[in-house]
Amino acid sequence: MENYNKFMRTLLAGTVVATLSAQALADNAEPIKVGVMLPFSGIYAALGDAGRNGLKMALKEHAGELHGRQIEFIEMDTEAKPERAPEIASSLLNQHHANFIIGPVHSGVAMGMIKVLKDQDTIMIIPNAGANAATGPLCAPNIFRTSFSMWQPSYPMGQVALDSAYKRVVTMSWNYGAGRESLEGFEEAFKAGGGEIIKQIMVPFPKTEFQSYLSEIGSINPDAVFVFFAGGGAVKFVKDYDALGLKGKIPLLGSGFLTEGTTSAQGPSAEGIRTTLHYADGLDNEVNTKFRQNYQQMFGKEADIYAVQGYDAGLLIAKAVDQLGGDISDQAALIQAMESTTLLSPRGEVSFSKAHNPIQNIYLREVVDGANKVIDVPAAKLEDPARGCKL
Amino acid sequence: MTTSLFFVQLINGLQYGLLLFLIASGLTLVFGVMGILNLAHGSMYMVGAYLAWYFVQQTGSFTLSAVISAIIALLIGIVVERTLIQRLYRRNHLDQVLLTIGMIFVFNALQSILWGNDPLGVQVPDAMSAAIPLTDVVEYPVYRLFVALLCVAIAAIMYYMINRTRLGMLIRAGESNREMVECLGIDISRLYTIVFAIGVMLAAVAGVIAAPMSSIVPGMGEHVLIACFVVVVIGGMGSIKGALIGALLVGLVDTFASVLLPQLSSMMIYILMAFILLIKPQGLFSS
Repeated sequence: MENYNKFMRTLLAGTVVATLSAQALADNAEPIKVGVMLPFSGIYAALGDAGRNGLKMALKEHAGELHGRQIEFIEMDTEAKPERAPEIASSLLNQHHANFIIGPVHSGVAMGMIKVLKDQDTIMIIPNAGANAATGPLCAPNIFRTSFSMWQPSYPMGQVALDSAYKRVVTMSWNYGAGRESLEGFEEAFKAGGGEIIKQIMVPFPKTEFQSYLSEIGSINPDAVFVFFAGGGAVKFVKDYDALGLKGKIPLLGSGFLTEGTTSAQGPSAEGIRTTLHYADGLDNEVNTKFRQNYQQMFGKEADIYAVQGYDAGLLIAKAVDQLGGDISDQAALIQAMESTTLLSPRGEVSFSKAHNPIQNIYLREVVDGANKVIDVPAAKLEDPARGCKL
Repeated sequence: MTTSLFFVQLINGLQYGLLLFLIASGLTLVFGVMGILNLAHGSMYMVGAYLAWYFVQQTGSFTLSAVISAIIALLIGIVVERTLIQRLYRRNHLDQVLLTIGMIFVFNALQSILWGNDPLGVQVPDAMSAAIPLTDVVEYPVYRLFVALLCVAIAAIMYYMINRTRLGMLIRAGESNREMVECLGIDISRLYTIVFAIGVMLAAVAGVIAAPMSSIVPGMGEHVLIACFVVVVIGGMGSIKGALIGALLVGLVDTFASVLLPQLSSMMIYILMAFILLIKPQGLFSS
């Protein structure tokens, strides 16, 4: 009995001390340092802006779940230049001691960042760059991705094309990592179902003189064309496709980036284009409606996929910090908390694969009146095969 | 390649080449007459495209927008020459390069502040939205033919101005001996202002007429600048005729290379440039 009382007193005292110190920690703790490595100038500036907006919005909305810890942002402009990536990443890691490093947009920059950040004492969250390798051969416990792998949005389109009875397809993209991997995803599913790729056109990056290629496609006259282009190149491609008379004669399919954040610049030329992506503007769920409304209010413009991916990076941080009661000093526990989270994202539920890539729905969309309307869900809860990842 | 496809690609190449000429002509004119290496020339192309977009939004008319944009570009040219470029005539090319690279950053920042970073688009004016069928599938848009003809017309006007008018005579005189022109009582600094402003306007006009066929995005000026320099170097720095021939060569080689030699297509125009420089180190029509 004596012993039992002693034991209880000790336990009680210990709990009180533990509670007090957790409280003290929460009140006086240093802010959580979030390094942001996105392009704020140059060709991808719009994508960087949107990602940052989404990130900040999520952490503001969920400030109540951070157990009193403040967020300190350290923003670095990557200019989408891979050669600058290692230097900036190592400054965020070694000088600023960032707890989280959010970035980048460009897959080349991602490679440079991973080289420096892999297995280090920080968490890297990729809010866009889709290089398969980041959650493939280069995967690491401290690297997460809230966007997609290049394979993911393209693969389901292979089946969509087969279902539309397209047999002979021309594929086309810029000749760089993202473009090649995107085409591979489509071709893998399309060929497996008996489709034939009659020509693959790789355009030197970032060339946007598409006229000669399109003339050639016109002379081949395939059942359909599948492409990967994004941003300004996507605008130019879609306009050229229309101007040279291919639209309406040869169906145009694409990875969703073709019509993401670009439809107002593309105008009527974009109408009717079908694409697959892990998001669509008009997704009918409560989170998305609220997200789009708040985003419009805070930043005065429509949210896009890049904003969603940034938002989810913020959500992921907030959820993990909440689960750990504000104490993120134990990296293994933090990683465990992040791995086991399911995010209620504007794009639907998102959980994480062993390789830390999102498991998510892929939607088939069609451009109607300048908006990407969902017409089907060709792949629900699609997981990237994570080839080469040993996690 | 079938005959009809060859024919289509020929038009593609000529049209691309003519647009390149329009952009490059201003660069080579300014270098030929004033000896100024203007790296911010591509920025003027970008400014033209953004101005075209802005004034189409404001006025609803592409033609009106084109006229306003050209006038604004001319004014930008005058202001930039009077306040910045004028200080550099007696300096070496390195100083000019430093200043004009700085101008690229300034124009890019202004673009970002004024118009944001989202890609923008201008629709082809209704009057020219038709297309001519070339094969069963491929059509050729009337607007693109119009652009090609407009570039030919501007080339003809420039030829006439330089060879047949008093201004052209002064420009040619200034090119060969600027001290002598000054001695003859000509205000050379005013001549320089005019030439520089015309150079800026040519680049901006190219941006305006390219706007409906391209995407208006940050950094569009830098992409075009490189192609422009290839054109000017091939044609011979300072030669308008060289710029025309160089631009057509680059346009045709680039178009056919992308179809016939896709693996090498990104290199072909540089291989062409290297080849021409081996035979004619000063370019085809060096003055």
